[in-house]
Amino acid sequence: MTSILEAKGLRVERAGAQLLDVLHLNIEESEVLALIGPNGAGKSTLLVTLCHLFKSFSGAIIFKGKQVGRELPVSQYRRRISMVFQEPLLFNATVFENVAAGLRFRSIGRQEIEGSVKENLERFGIGHLSDRSARTLSGGEAQRTSLARAFAVKPDMLFLDEPFSALDPPTRESLIEDLERILDESGTTAIFATHDRIEALRLSDRIAVMNQGRILQIGAPDDVMNHPADEFVASFVGVETILKGKVTGKKLGIVTVSVLGHEVAVIGDYGIGENLILCIRPENVTLSINPSETTSARNTFRGTIERIVPMGLFHKVELDCGFPLVAYITQDAVDALSLCEGSDVAASLKATAIHVVRK
Amino acid sequence: MDLILEGIKKAFLLLFTLDREVLDITILSLKVSGLATIISIFIGVSTGTMIALNEFPGKRIVVSLVNTGMGLPPVVVGLFVTIFLWRSGPFGFLGILYTPLAIIIAQSIIATPIVMGITVAAMQQLPRKLRLQILALGATRLQMVWTLIKEARLSLLAAVMAGFGGVISEIGASIMVGGNIKGYSRVLTTATVMETSRGNFDVAIALSIILLLLAYFINLILTHIQQKERQR
Repeated sequence: MTSILEAKGLRVERAGAQLLDVLHLNIEESEVLALIGPNGAGKSTLLVTLCHLFKSFSGAIIFKGKQVGRELPVSQYRRRISMVFQEPLLFNATVFENVAAGLRFRSIGRQEIEGSVKENLERFGIGHLSDRSARTLSGGEAQRTSLARAFAVKPDMLFLDEPFSALDPPTRESLIEDLERILDESGTTAIFATHDRIEALRLSDRIAVMNQGRILQIGAPDDVMNHPADEFVASFVGVETILKGKVTGKKLGIVTVSVLGHEVAVIGDYGIGENLILCIRPENVTLSINPSETTSARNTFRGTIERIVPMGLFHKVELDCGFPLVAYITQDAVDALSLCEGSDVAASLKATAIHVVRK
Repeated sequence: MDLILEGIKKAFLLLFTLDREVLDITILSLKVSGLATIISIFIGVSTGTMIALNEFPGKRIVVSLVNTGMGLPPVVVGLFVTIFLWRSGPFGFLGILYTPLAIIIAQSIIATPIVMGITVAAMQQLPRKLRLQILALGATRLQMVWTLIKEARLSLLAAVMAGFGGVISEIGASIMVGGNIKGYSRVLTTATVMETSRGNFDVAIALSIILLLLAYFINLILTHIQQKERQR
């Protein structure tokens, strides 16, 4: 893997307030990086700065080994990238003209424009809207047009600023599915901002958690979510255990997923060989010393307690079952089972308690 | 009552027989005000766009000055243009006072702030992020400005309407710098004033009808374009 974009010491200040302070960020060729964080965390500012759209910032942006603004003129850099905003920001023209806009700025020949626009309209399933005025589009159609416009210029890198957050859930779902496929097919490097962790899980190879203009943690999704670097990251990414697995079998609506060699039963209709992400809430995990045979829980794993952290009214128990697992239990339960760090327990959870995300 | 009916009757006769003098006055009016409007579009749209898109100290003062200029009294413009073009004035050597050119200059000065003011408002109404989006699609600065102007085209059409409407109907400047010279610098408004003061109500009514129809038809065309754009 080679680095396509590198940022060093990026700082943006506005009216005395530090909006962005990113020491170092490296993006590999063909990877998809998700920036997650609350509103005002600096995600948009980071994206806009990386696109070199702010006049006043300090730091260096290095694109394919060349510093933008020094070794590579800003105008040339901008012609190799593309950005999509939360609002579709379409021009008052037909869908075709909108998707052609970036190509027209590059003075590309008519025939080539026609081919490229058509291809991208089909890609996003809006070929039939080609002659429609952009003003008459629904939210989902408009965002598809905006994405097609960004893809039409065949960018080396794509920046997406919360592209789905203004859409209703079903529209959003189908657009995420399409984008997932298109990013996969085209191998386009992308950075996208979101405040939805599930979105980040599905689309990205790596996740960066941001707050107050800084990147607090960056890494593989399961790594960040299972081992948050600090309180803030933990509170933002949630407390669920995230496991990656592959479907190995299915029977009567119950799917067997292999996670690091262990079999986990989940509910749903997934094909064999499909990659899934399993999210397990700690309150759904029950601990026992000897699991009774009569339990309705489909999943029981033997594991070792690594850590017990008092959390006020309950305890957080971190287990190693061959994969990490976190459980919440009461003080009573700790006493009754006489749990301590290093002891062996059985962790049970129902197949229905596992939230499954397609990857 | 007879006076009015007789006047209207004669006015229509003048119109339908295409009276030479009335026709010449109408054509001159259209030429002068049309040219003044075109000049004001060039200056007003470009300067207005620059004001709207750039941040600079004193921007608010500049914008409020432009907005004040939208209501510039034509007589004041007439007065200053006359002084500047007066034989002993700074541009007296040009010898263009009491010519159609002088009217074009004065009317351009009246229409420019109108076009500029509406342009500033129209450009500022576009979403701020649109500029970033256009640049992020690889546009040069010039391409970005042009794209924004195209986006604001409906409002800019309104600016053209307002500019033309303002100058075709103004009288103060035309009479002061044009001199209302028969067959040379006489336009619809100045002719109407003169004929009225002479008691030639028939001619005055005929001229007024033409003025009204002109204003109506030009706005009709522009409105038609605007509504068509909206519907698409």
